[in-house]
Amino acid sequence: MADLFQLGVFLALLAVGYFAGSTIERRHYASIRRREQEYRDVLAFMVRFPFDRTTPQRAFLVYGTVVVSADYFKTFIAGLRNLFGGRFRAYETLMERARREALLRLKAEARRKGSKMVVCVRFETTTIASGWAPAMEVFAYGTALVPDDGSLRLPDPPPGVSRLLGDGLVRPRS
Amino acid sequence: MTQGRTGSMIVSNLELIPGRRIVAHYGIVQGSTVRAKHVGKDIFASLKNIVGGELKSYTELMQEARDEAVERMIAEARSMGANAVLNVRFATTSIAVGAAEILAYGSAVRLDEQ
Repeated sequence: MADLFQLGVFLALLAVGYFAGSTIERRHYASIRRREQEYRDVLAFMVRFPFDRTTPQRAFLVYGTVVVSADYFKTFIAGLRNLFGGRFRAYETLMERARREALLRLKAEARRKGSKMVVCVRFETTTIASGWAPAMEVFAYGTALVPDDGSLRLPDPPPGVSRLLGDGLVRPRS
Repeated sequence: MTQGRTGSMIVSNLELIPGRRIVAHYGIVQGSTVRAKHVGKDIFASLKNIVGGELKSYTELMQEARDEAVERMIAEARSMGANAVLNVRFATTSIAVGAAEILAYGSAVRLDEQ
């Protein structure tokens, strides 16, 4: 009887994790896509140096961070997947969401402080808890630039590249 | 956050500030903090682990910890007489279950006046 009860709790947690988890994921993706459009004009680059090194500009550090966890279902599937190895889509989407979210928060901070260009963007990922309650932190940081005359000096992009630049970053499909 | 007013510190992960010249180097400055999770938050977070998604209380914790690490780094740079910290890097390590160290480090320099 007690075993049956435990099994019931486990299955209920799996079901709650699955349905609530996928709803949260769907909503999060919708929100990410909407905000990525909203922040299109804030450009983010990995380049180590600003495109214009000589004109005096205001430069300051901006960062965005997010801590995410997998739902119970994903954590359980991850345990199974460990037995066989291979690609694990559920965690891929979790980490991708987190990374896009961190970048969006970095862009939000840049815009709030009047900047439309962030250079030298770096990502850092840390596991801050593991086991049955895993939590991962994704952290994005970079230097926001504000030209004194309000202009943005980008180099002329080669043909066909402008669309990628306009999006801020080249990223995998959702 | 750290620039604009007189006497404020320029903090950047670039190796130079456009249009400014570095006139003195003071070496590495760093700031770090070790943060542990609040038990209440921890219980709530483990419930949140069932449905997944963002753990907001942890995000805030990491954000505050990073702000503090940067503040400490700036304080060290200021005590040396620097007016900028360049090439800033971050490192995060989970040093025990529920505790993480956040480190910010960079090069303290003096930039010429604009």
